[in-house]
Amino acid sequence: MELTLAIAIAVLAGSGVYLLLRPRTFQVIIGLSLVSYAVNLFILSMGRLRMDAAPILSGANANPADYTDPVPQALVLTAIVIGFAMTALFLVVLLAARGLTGNDHVDGKGN
Amino acid sequence: MPTELALTLIWSLPFLAAVIAMAMPAGARNGEAWLAGTVAAVGLVLTILLFPQVADGGVVHSTITWMPAYGLDLAFRMDGLAWLFCVLVTFIGLLVVLYARYYMSPKDPIARFYALFLAFMGAMLGLVMSGNIIQLAIFWELTSLVSFLLIGYWYHRSDARDGARMALVITGTGGLALFVAMMLIGHIVGSYDIDVVLASGRLIAEHPLYPVTLILFLLAAFTKSAQFPFQFWLPNAMTAPTPVSAYLHSATMVKAGVFLMTRFWPVMAGTDMWFWIVTYGGLATLLFGAYAALFQRDLKGLLAYSTISHLGLITTLLGMGTPLAAVAAIFHIANHATFKASLFMAVGIIDHETGTRDVRKLSGLRRSMPFTATLAIIASGAMAGVPLLNGFLSKEMFFTETAIYDPNVFVNLSLPIVATLAGMLSVAYSIKFVHGVFFGPEPTGLEKTPHEPPALMRRPIELLVLACLAVGIIPGITIGPYLAAAVVSVLGGDTPYYSLSVWHGFNLPLIMSIIALLGGVAIYVPYYRRLRGIDGDPLLRGLRGQRIFERLLITATNRWARKMVSVFGTQRLQPQIFIVVLLALAAGVGAGWARMGNLPLPSSFDPVLGLVWIVGGVSALAAAWQAKFHRLAAMILMGGAGLATCITFAWFSAPDLALTQLLAEIATTVLILLGLRWLPKRLPVPEDISIGMRLRRYRDVILAAAVGLGTGLASYAIMTRQAPEGISEFFLANAYTEGGGTNVVNVMLVDFRGFDTLGEITVLGVVALTVFGLLRRFRPAPDSADRPEQQRVQADFAEAQGSANVAADFLRIPALIMNWMFPVVMTVAIYMFLRGHDLPGGGFIAGIVMSLGFILQYMAGGTRWVEDRLRILPVLWIGWGLLIALLTGLGAMALGFPFLTSAFAYADIPLIGKVPMATALLFDLGVFALVVGATVLMLIALAHQSIRRPKPASTPQPRKREGLDTWN
Repeated sequence: MELTLAIAIAVLAGSGVYLLLRPRTFQVIIGLSLVSYAVNLFILSMGRLRMDAAPILSGANANPADYTDPVPQALVLTAIVIGFAMTALFLVVLLAARGLTGNDHVDGKGN
Repeated sequence: MPTELALTLIWSLPFLAAVIAMAMPAGARNGEAWLAGTVAAVGLVLTILLFPQVADGGVVHSTITWMPAYGLDLAFRMDGLAWLFCVLVTFIGLLVVLYARYYMSPKDPIARFYALFLAFMGAMLGLVMSGNIIQLAIFWELTSLVSFLLIGYWYHRSDARDGARMALVITGTGGLALFVAMMLIGHIVGSYDIDVVLASGRLIAEHPLYPVTLILFLLAAFTKSAQFPFQFWLPNAMTAPTPVSAYLHSATMVKAGVFLMTRFWPVMAGTDMWFWIVTYGGLATLLFGAYAALFQRDLKGLLAYSTISHLGLITTLLGMGTPLAAVAAIFHIANHATFKASLFMAVGIIDHETGTRDVRKLSGLRRSMPFTATLAIIASGAMAGVPLLNGFLSKEMFFTETAIYDPNVFVNLSLPIVATLAGMLSVAYSIKFVHGVFFGPEPTGLEKTPHEPPALMRRPIELLVLACLAVGIIPGITIGPYLAAAVVSVLGGDTPYYSLSVWHGFNLPLIMSIIALLGGVAIYVPYYRRLRGIDGDPLLRGLRGQRIFERLLITATNRWARKMVSVFGTQRLQPQIFIVVLLALAAGVGAGWARMGNLPLPSSFDPVLGLVWIVGGVSALAAAWQAKFHRLAAMILMGGAGLATCITFAWFSAPDLALTQLLAEIATTVLILLGLRWLPKRLPVPEDISIGMRLRRYRDVILAAAVGLGTGLASYAIMTRQAPEGISEFFLANAYTEGGGTNVVNVMLVDFRGFDTLGEITVLGVVALTVFGLLRRFRPAPDSADRPEQQRVQADFAEAQGSANVAADFLRIPALIMNWMFPVVMTVAIYMFLRGHDLPGGGFIAGIVMSLGFILQYMAGGTRWVEDRLRILPVLWIGWGLLIALLTGLGAMALGFPFLTSAFAYADIPLIGKVPMATALLFDLGVFALVVGATVLMLIALAHQSIRRPKPASTPQPRKREGLDTWN
């Protein structure tokens, strides 16, 4: 279980980083998304993996050990929303740069 | 009037008036002058009224506590020395205001002049009255800054800009050194309070940090008071208007350095290090200034070098370390201020009435300007040290001090000889000034016919010259008590007996004075014709501090900077990202290597999750493979990886995350789909790949694989370990009892970590507005400006067939379903929102659902169709969302709780049942509205580009950066 997720994170991060290093803006935007998946999963795994133990309380006097760690979840939820905003901003900057420089290279040069 | 109030008024009124002066109309010369004059006069009167309290070593305090725990207060104190400086600053300030009223041209921006003038007055008063040494350093910097602005007052002139910049760099460096020195002193003494510091005795001088402190301290004093080797900024500061030169650069600001040395004299002086640096630094300045002054053809230049020389004299006195020398130093500070300010004003009058300050063009002005000539001659006499004038007295005291026997032969000889030599030179340049300007034949070739200035413009000089005479003839009555107060405040119980009388008998100092006077005449008379024509001294002309400074500045800020840019900088993003990733990897490996330990073997395997991630992993790899030529495919594949992530969230007990991930995924997909159309067409033709490019790809693959391996190992290592004791238990235990919700994640977002969420939604709003702003001026590349190829083909086909456009009926049935789903989606959004506190859902999720509902309508009906029927005002949604969230937080404050404290109760609503009514729900409503607004704004702004027919960018030439050599 842990190994599966670790491999998943590795594959996502690896493909994401490879795309980040590519010269075309669209490749970079896909790469950023893949990297953020990896990072979000990584943060979630910081709370250790629990199944069937959502952080939905069943009333007062709950035993904390029965629930999963809510802190990484709150962090990741924020990260997902910010990640969406970042993708949107980057996409628009990408489009504007494409209009201004006439190409979609990250350096604004080339063809 | 209470003393504290008087103290506060003295330093704060000028600042207040500076703001008022700035706001006054541009042409209000008289109004400005009255304002500044009144402030200076009030300051002067208040200072004078305080004299009885400081007369016998008394100190007056006024403290406004600021951060008492750190020993930082706004503290002001006035003792005899501060009193003397306050009188100088306000009195000469008053005279300079009157003078400037006539000197400044109506064309000059007068409001700026007086505002800066007043600000300087405030800064200088604050400096001399500081009761806290950190505060002293701050006011010190403030005087440097205002001086910079005043030197550059005529900023259209390049020499003014250069002079201002040089003064700022030099004095600013000194200010920085002072700040450190003050912190060191605070560290040594254990207090920033100046009273405590002054009472610390020999503590500082005997501390191991004393040498460092002293060097920094003297760096500040020497730069400010233009001491060798930092003297060169002062002549260049003469590009300031003459009232500024008279006030800042002779009478007050340049005295700040010697003030500092006098202020800390009791605790810093008296060591060998102090003696050698200060005495001989001062002596070198004294001689060099007097020597250079003799060869100036610009009258202001002559006075500037003379000022340097006299400051050197004061510094020498302070360096000697005897109490009597300190008395002489304080006395000379006051004397120099009076005669030098009057001389500057006289030069300003000459400049004003003849159009030049060049001594080669001027002569014989005593006929056309008899009063000014008389005044200037008397003031020059004081500068040269002629008996019966104030300059004579302090110079005599200086000679007395230098003539005292010292066991060191070098000291014993060098001091009196250099002092006499400098005295001769100062007599010579004083004669050059008087003889060259006022005597000789009538001037020829002047722009204006010289005549006397308005009487009021001359009045300040008259008053100052009167002071020179009064102090020079009857010193005991005029300055005696005030000097005594200042001396006692510095020396305390060690105050020696000193005599201010004019005649001390026929002794060695008198002989030195006579030698100086006769020698000065002897230097001037044989050479006066040659001295008249010369500009710059013949010996040291090559070795000019200014040129060295400029060369250093150019080297440091231009050549080195360029070198740094060429070595460390690149305009290419790709290598930068490579290096960033490489460094991140190195940091991660460095941190994790030793802590990795033995990894346990996997304990469990879930085939379903494995299957999910076979799909997800292959999608991610394929997306990386295809992102260059098949964008749509890459995007779909990315969605596959996203879905796998989403399932994983659900799998590992994070329903909120799964929901959010799914919805954000949809919104991202729509967004990218809308943007794809504007990207250039890229056909997968077999490219001619060079070896370099291939190698770069391999290099990137290796780095990416290393990063992937690293993150994978790190996460596996962490996941297989016992979780440390975190803060989660607190949230789990208190979410229901304190936050009133069972969904802990949501309670954290809107309650425990509400401030964080407020920041986050602000970011979201800012991003949406930025996207909107960027797209308003969107210029697509020319090859994307036309309609997409598919649409064109479709339209051509329809035309050829003679039928209506088929595209209009495209996706008719799904579109109808989307229309019908609109209310359902809205209901789901509201449901998600309301249950958020107790079950998965909440403002973020509901917001994205709601905005997706809107977007569905756009997709179904087209932009125009929707906007004819439904007006969404996303910017308003954003505004209201932020406002609601903020007001919820402020509401708690209004009730006396900390920002964003929430309260809750359950309301029993008929038919629906118990509904939790927490104020956190209100906050979540703000989140919801903002998320709706931001998402819709971004999507719609992008969608609108397709119907806007935007103009293509005119020239799709990549912008060439200008060559590096032109950016300076």
